[in-house]
Amino acid sequence: MSQILVYLTHKNGAVDDCALELAAVARKIDPAGAPIAILSGIGSQLHDACKSLSGAFSEVWKVANQALSHPNAEVVRKALVKIVPANSIVLMAHDHFGIDLAPGLSVNLNAAFVSDILDVEVLDSSCLKVARQEFGGQFSAHVRCDVSSGAVITVRPGAFRATETAPVQGTIVEKTIEVGELTARRRYVETIEPEAGDVDITKQNILVSVGRGIQEQDNIHMAEELAEALEAAVSCSRPVVDAKWLPKSRQVGSSGKTVKPKLYLACGISGASQHLAGIKGSFLIAINKNAKAPIFQVADVGIVDDILEFLPELTNKVRETHAVSSK
Amino acid sequence: MEILVCVKRVPDTSENEIELNETGNDISRDDLVYSINEPDNYAVEEALQITAKVGGSVTVATVGSEEDEEVLRREMAMGASHGVLICDEAFGGSDGRGIAAILNAFVQKRHYDLILTGVQADDGAAQVGGMLAAMLDYPYASLVTWIEVLPDKKLKISREIEGGNREVSEIDLPCVLSIQTGINEPRYVGMRGIRAVASVPVPSLGAAELGLNVASVGACAAKVTRLDYFVPALGQGAEILQGTREENIDKILELLEAKGGLR
Repeated sequence: MSQILVYLTHKNGAVDDCALELAAVARKIDPAGAPIAILSGIGSQLHDACKSLSGAFSEVWKVANQALSHPNAEVVRKALVKIVPANSIVLMAHDHFGIDLAPGLSVNLNAAFVSDILDVEVLDSSCLKVARQEFGGQFSAHVRCDVSSGAVITVRPGAFRATETAPVQGTIVEKTIEVGELTARRRYVETIEPEAGDVDITKQNILVSVGRGIQEQDNIHMAEELAEALEAAVSCSRPVVDAKWLPKSRQVGSSGKTVKPKLYLACGISGASQHLAGIKGSFLIAINKNAKAPIFQVADVGIVDDILEFLPELTNKVRETHAVSSK
Repeated sequence: MEILVCVKRVPDTSENEIELNETGNDISRDDLVYSINEPDNYAVEEALQITAKVGGSVTVATVGSEEDEEVLRREMAMGASHGVLICDEAFGGSDGRGIAAILNAFVQKRHYDLILTGVQADDGAAQVGGMLAAMLDYPYASLVTWIEVLPDKKLKISREIEGGNREVSEIDLPCVLSIQTGINEPRYVGMRGIRAVASVPVPSLGAAELGLNVASVGACAAKVTRLDYFVPALGQGAEILQGTREENIDKILELLEAKGGLR
C-alpha cells in the first residue's frame, strides 16, 4: 500500500482533536505502515504541536513559514505539492480547512479525491472502498477509489474511533527548506466572532429546536410558545438561519453553536451531519413527518407527525399541567 | 465584471421522499422532482447582486443532459444573461475531477473574472470548485458567506469557519469561490419570468466544441466510482412512538420531566 500522510491543523500549540482518528484511518488502510503527520505554521506554537504528536507518529514533518502564520489553504497546498511523495495517500479532516484545501491538492498531485468518508476498507493494493453519505445523509453510498496514482481523502470528524497504540519515539523532520518560498493570492485579514444573541442557547436545560419543517417565518411562534411554557429556549438548524427566520446566534451545528442541553427536542429537523455535530450528550427527541429522516437514526425517541399540528397541542398540554405561575 | 456560475440540477430532497431502486445501485428516479441545487441558487443571486453594483454580466453553465436546460432557464429568469449547456455522451460517468476538467476546457476558451459554484451538491462532495481553481491556477476560497468588490482586481470575502466565526480575507481576481447558503436572499422566480426567457437560445457545447480530449473525462478516466447506495445504520435508531398523538404528547411530557428536568 502507498505511503500515508496525515495533514493536521493546530491552534495555540494544540493539534486538532481528530489527529488520532486520522491515525486510526491510516492503520485501517495499512496496518503495517507508518503514517507520517504533516504540520505547518510558524514559531513555538508549531513546534509545540509537532512535539505533541511525536508519541503517536513515527515521523512528524514540520513546515515553518511566515506565510503560514495564519492557516491558508492555498499556501498549504503549494507547500504540500513540494513535499508529498508521488502516489501517496493524504488524509485530512473534512472541516472548513479540509474543504478549502483537499480538492485542489488532489488535482495538483494528480491523485484521486474522495471526501467526507465514514468508513474505509481495502479492496486490493490499488483500490479502496469507502462509505460516505449523499442527499443530506438520507442515503449512504459505497464508492470505489483507485489509489494507484495516490489519493486525497477527507474524513468526517467523529466517524472513526481514535484507538490507543503503543507510543513511538517519533522524530520531527524539518521540511521548511524543501518547501522554500511561499506566496499567497489570498491574504488573511481578520476573524470576526459571531454577534452575541439575546439568548445563550449553550446554557439551557431544554432546547426546542426547529428546522426546515417549520416551513415559514409565521410558524416560528409555535416553537417560541412551547419554549416559553417549558421555560426553555428556541434554537434551530441552518435552513432556518439561511431564510432569516431566526438569528445566527440560535443556530446549532458545526458552523453554529455546540450545545449540550439535558433534552433536545428536534422539530422538523432532517438531521444533517453538520447539525448533529453541534449536539453533545443530550437526550434527543425527534418529531418529523418524514419517517425516513436521518434524525431518527440518532434520536433516542422519535415521533412521526406534522410539527405544525403537534407543537401547538403539546404546548397546550404543557400549559395545562405545568402552569408557570404555580412555581 | 464577467461572472460564470456553475450550477447543477439535483433531486429536490424537500419535495421528494427519495428511495432506493430495486437493485440498490441508484435512487429510484421515476417521478422525482428536480430543482436547482440550493447553494448554486445563492451563487447566482450573489453574482447578480455583484454585477448590479459594478456592471458586467452573469453566465450560468451546467455539465449535464438536455433535461438540465430547465435549471439554466430558471437561473436566466432570475437575471443571468447567458446559459450554456455542456453536454456530450462522452461525459457520462465522469467523477468530480472529470466534471472539473470539462468546466476547465470551457473556461479556457473564454475569460471570466470570477467563477462561482455552490458549496456542495447532492453528493455532498464539495469538490468541483476547488479542482477547477487548481486546474486554472486561480486562487480559491470555499464556504464563502460575504463578498465585497475592491478596486485593483481584488475581492474582500468572508468564509464560514467553526463556531459561527467568519474568516475575512482578500483574494485576487480572477478567482473561484464556493458559495454557502444564507449569503443572500435569492429572488423569487415566477412562471412569467421563465416564459420571458423561453425563446432565448441556450447553446449546447460538446467535447469537440470545447477541444477536449474525451479520454481525459467520462467513465474511463474516473478514478472514483459509486458502487451502490445503502440506507445508513448510524447508532441504534430511535424508539419510534406508535401511539395516538395524545398518547405521544403524554409520553413526551414524561420525558421532559425525567430527562429534561421539567418541573
